[in-house]
Amino acid sequence: MGYTRREFIRIAGAGAGAAAAGSGLASRWWGADGDPVPDPGTDGDKVVPSFCELCFWKCGILCHVKDGRVTKIVGNPKHPLSRGRLCPRGTGGTGLLYDPDRLKKPLVRANGRGGQSFREVEWSEALDRVADGLKGLREKYGPESLALYTHGYGGSWFKHLLRAYGSANVAAPSYAQCRGPREAGFRLTFGQGVGSPENTDMENARCITLLGSHLGENMHNTQVQDFALALSRGAGLVVVDPRFSVAAGKADHWLPIKPGTDLALLLAWIHVLLAEGLYDRDYVDKYAVGLDKLREHVADKTPEWAYTATTIPPEKIVATARFLAGARPASLVHPGRHVTWYGDDTQRTRAIAILNALLGSWGRRGGFFLPAQLPLPKYPYTHYGTEPKPPADAAKGRVYPFADETIASGVCDASIPGTADYDIKGWLVYGTNLLLALPEPEKTRKAIQALDLIVAIDVLPAEITGWADVVLPEATYLERCDELDAPPWRVPFAAVRQPVVEPMYDSKPGWWIARELAHRIGLADYFPWKDSVEYAMQRAHAAGLDCDAMRRDGVVVGAPAAVTIEDGVEPVFDTPSGKIELYSQPLADAGFDPLPNFTPPEEPPPGMFRLLFGRSPVHTFGRTTNNRFLSEVASTNELWLNRRAADELGLADGEQVVVVNQDEVRSEPLALRATQRIRSDCAYMVHGYGHDAPGLRFARGRGANDTRLVTRTKIDPLMGGTGMNVNFVRVERRQP
Amino acid sequence: MTGNLEVVTTRHNAAIDPVLSAWGWEIPVYLFLGGLVAGLLILGALYELLHPDRPRSRALRAMPFAALGLLSLGMLALFLDLAHKLHVYRFYLAFRWTSPMSWGSWILLLVYPVGFLHGLGSLDPAQRETLLARRALAPFLRPLLRWADGARRAVLKASVVAGVGLGLYTGLLLGTLAARPQWNTAVLGPLFLASGLSTGAAFLLFFRLDEREHGFVVRWDVGAIVLELLLLGAMLLGFAAGDRSAQHALYHLLGGPWTSAFWSLVVFAGLLVPLAMELLGRRRRLPLAALAPALILAGGFALRWILLAAGQASSFREFP
Amino acid sequence: MTVDTRLCVACKACVLACKAENAVPDGFCRDWLVEETRGEFPDLHAQNRSERCNHCSEPPCVDACPTGASHVAGGGAVLVTHDKCTGCKACIAACPYDARYVHPQGWVDKCTFCLHRARRGEKPACVSVCPTFCLEFGDLADPDSDVSRRLRERRYKVLHPETGCGPNVYFLE
Ligand code: SF4
Ligand code: SF4
Ligand code: SF4
Repeated sequence: MGYTRREFIRIAGAGAGAAAAGSGLASRWWGADGDPVPDPGTDGDKVVPSFCELCFWKCGILCHVKDGRVTKIVGNPKHPLSRGRLCPRGTGGTGLLYDPDRLKKPLVRANGRGGQSFREVEWSEALDRVADGLKGLREKYGPESLALYTHGYGGSWFKHLLRAYGSANVAAPSYAQCRGPREAGFRLTFGQGVGSPENTDMENARCITLLGSHLGENMHNTQVQDFALALSRGAGLVVVDPRFSVAAGKADHWLPIKPGTDLALLLAWIHVLLAEGLYDRDYVDKYAVGLDKLREHVADKTPEWAYTATTIPPEKIVATARFLAGARPASLVHPGRHVTWYGDDTQRTRAIAILNALLGSWGRRGGFFLPAQLPLPKYPYTHYGTEPKPPADAAKGRVYPFADETIASGVCDASIPGTADYDIKGWLVYGTNLLLALPEPEKTRKAIQALDLIVAIDVLPAEITGWADVVLPEATYLERCDELDAPPWRVPFAAVRQPVVEPMYDSKPGWWIARELAHRIGLADYFPWKDSVEYAMQRAHAAGLDCDAMRRDGVVVGAPAAVTIEDGVEPVFDTPSGKIELYSQPLADAGFDPLPNFTPPEEPPPGMFRLLFGRSPVHTFGRTTNNRFLSEVASTNELWLNRRAADELGLADGEQVVVVNQDEVRSEPLALRATQRIRSDCAYMVHGYGHDAPGLRFARGRGANDTRLVTRTKIDPLMGGTGMNVNFVRVERRQP
Repeated sequence: MTGNLEVVTTRHNAAIDPVLSAWGWEIPVYLFLGGLVAGLLILGALYELLHPDRPRSRALRAMPFAALGLLSLGMLALFLDLAHKLHVYRFYLAFRWTSPMSWGSWILLLVYPVGFLHGLGSLDPAQRETLLARRALAPFLRPLLRWADGARRAVLKASVVAGVGLGLYTGLLLGTLAARPQWNTAVLGPLFLASGLSTGAAFLLFFRLDEREHGFVVRWDVGAIVLELLLLGAMLLGFAAGDRSAQHALYHLLGGPWTSAFWSLVVFAGLLVPLAMELLGRRRRLPLAALAPALILAGGFALRWILLAAGQASSFREFP
Repeated sequence: MTVDTRLCVACKACVLACKAENAVPDGFCRDWLVEETRGEFPDLHAQNRSERCNHCSEPPCVDACPTGASHVAGGGAVLVTHDKCTGCKACIAACPYDARYVHPQGWVDKCTFCLHRARRGEKPACVSVCPTFCLEFGDLADPDSDVSRRLRERRYKVLHPETGCGPNVYFLE
């Protein structure tokens, strides 16, 4: 045998060894033949490195291919974001590749939008149709009337197409429906957002504070790895969450806060740090401005004051403030990721940024590192023409001065004629299931009906494809090469996505689709590359990277860079003052609170619960809920309700219930989870279920769609984010 | 279970979750038939051993062959239960002394020749003549018959041993599976043997036995039923005296999901009523002569069915 | 094997990686997650466990197997030889941890400790994928192995020690 006893498998102790030998002997004696170690044979005859697209973190993967089939996908040990390990979704790429429900041929609508009647056509016909539509829009309304929604890395080709076409209306729901406020809040304070992947140095943190972010359930591979590494090295953990999340289960302090009051807690923490002199004086003196104003501002924001709002006892607030401060500067208050909650989200993340500044964690080891990036020169192509008109992503006359990306929901609204500075008349929708991703889906449908053209480019027949005029079936990430990935990170690196297998059916990679369209509408000069591999390698080559190594290993990692103040980096703050702005003059100038203020949220009416939602570690929103492989461990969502609250409603654990919101919108039925793990004033469900697209034959009808219940949003006046945790629901037994 | 414990698991393996249901109808059918056959062989052989000079009815003489037929039915059920039927020969490429299933498969192999010889020797002269009249069979049968007759007592004793082995083993098969608290009792072997005896006796009572045979069978049946009741009592007491897993096994039969079926079908209708009928029947023949044995058979089957179901449902996962 | 319940986030990557590595058929799993919550709001305690066959030192499943298909392989891992398995399910009934299931092809399947990987010096698929590093695999008899070290340093438990099977998957608390 090829292994020695000293290798991994001598698992039993000495005593058991004898028993083991005995029974082994018996089976050999009596059995007619031996007992080979069973080998499932899933190792590939070739292994192709690439990076993942099941979520947008882009971990390095190794894809095993045997007889032309991808047998398994494992983590790439050389890739800094995966370090050989994967989140559950990463393994499940095969479930997407071999999803029997995939779009297989280009489709053209056969009758009115919203109906589900399509005709299969050849690519040339579909592309001609789209090209005619694009030309028509350009002539009739100008190029800015075309918008692109994109989520996913293959979208870069279409962003490029749109820019070449002359429109700035490129939007992703990941901004104003997700991370936007955090970027704005940190940019206002430190002059820089945290980006994605975030520059949190959790691995080295000695104390981690999470506000509503449920790491572990919200699964970004490296984040979770860092989180676990920190915990295993004894880092402290404070979790602020109305729900006893998985992370809360590991916390030294779990603060089951009343939803919507985090800002009060943050201000009280700041109060304690300043009042007790626990903050990093040297750091603040050196790098920050506005301390006095801050001190004055929080003077009355005492723990007792916060108690009434948050229901967290003052002693607990003081104790946790000291706990945070005790670990500084390696004390990281995590900025969160999905943070569009209550419409004051930029101000709340400002408070998080200020707290981090007081702890001296920005730029410090165990706080926020100052990421390094490999510079990749652009592929030489024709320069874009004149600057396009600014995006139409806000109602007429309305500006969100601190938005630094386009607001997806705003672009959607601008498609309802006459509401914005100019009308959007055409949508390209790349891998974005807007009906589940944007709040108020009724409005989205209304916008779609007013369009001249809507084209969906997707892998699966998601809801949005049912509304498109033309549906273009894209190849999955395992069948195509995309843009290189070289994000700012702890170590600089560049990774390549390589085709693992040939595109199945009649699907085509995004780069090809974009180029074909460009050729048809006179923009060929912007797409001079032979194919995406040539494009990617040209860029890698121009950057002086070893292209062979990149194709062989999937990634080229640069020399380790200095990324913290301890390493000798001097932080640069891209703010007007050139310092950390505890007090924000730009906010004051724009007529906003220069220091965050807490306004109590609306209370749920009697008998109703605040609707909260979150993530499953196994799914990326609604994009993966049709993935049969992943669904083996998470095929539906449940409604979490406090057990006592459920008892009072006479509802039993496991029972089928329907959730009804304040506007009488009723959810699909789902199972009730009556649990101790949540406060009694809110209800919780995992987002991404409740599909109704007929083509999603697996996901259809499983669980409930929380987005339908979000018929109200509270807009963040600073950057246009749509606060979504402002809906109230009651829970009813499902009527048979 | 308690209000303060919530358990969520992702395991959903078919036939394992939420409760074990790996064994379906085939196993209780087999256990029942196996026990019955054991009872038949034991009673048939004992009657002849104890009363060698008495004449025997046709029914009793044909019994060993009937037993083998029933056993084959049982083995067919067992075979149907196998998930990998083509590998059935593997039972006979190994003997694993720790495995009652392995013992059982070899015991079954033993029962056939013993039962066959037992049966051959029981044939009356007329029956022998008809058999030997067949040219193809005669050359084999003649020496066999001669041998079976010569070693009659040894064959009968072997039949008792094989029957006891078979009966005990059907119980031990479950009784050694300590993973299922419901089965984790030493009583199961003797219990299934006693039940096998009584169902075997009940089966015989359906046929035309002569007066003395009938008396013999009823006496043994009464004895087996009383023994079975005692063993059931011992089983329940054993559970009551045991740890929490045993307590739970007790609960399954006393208050839990199998309570009513166990007490009504097995104890009352399957044991107490027929016992009473048989005791009374000694004095005055009841009109419904077939009722008591029918109840016993139904009760014996219910005993195995219930214990198999309750046993599969009883698991350590009930106490997280 | 050791499972650090303090680190495990119940993400189920281990379950899916096992399914992919071992071509576990749809609807079945060799490893699974148990998430336990004790207490009453807000005094709660949670434990997440990635569970699988315990590769018991006194494996009752092996004892129950009539054909020798279930056996203890060199090193102590409990395996099933597909060719010898009749699918009689005695082992399934014998396993107090319900770690086994009938493979649609007829034989009984369960965790193999990925011995085919161990032979090449690789860790099991579940251990390799786990993003929280909470699983560890190694030689319990070797005091310098990672598992031995973890067991020395931490409080741990096994599942249902009262079964007397001597389970060999340890849950660090
Ligand atoms: S992969 Fe690791 S963290 Fe995730 S559930 Fe499994 S053991 Fe737990
Ligand atoms: S856990 Fe079950 S299957 Fe695994 S060795 Fe122990 S008894 Fe056998
Ligand atoms: S050791 Fe291998 S077979 Fe066992 S649970 Fe882990 S991945 Fe599955």
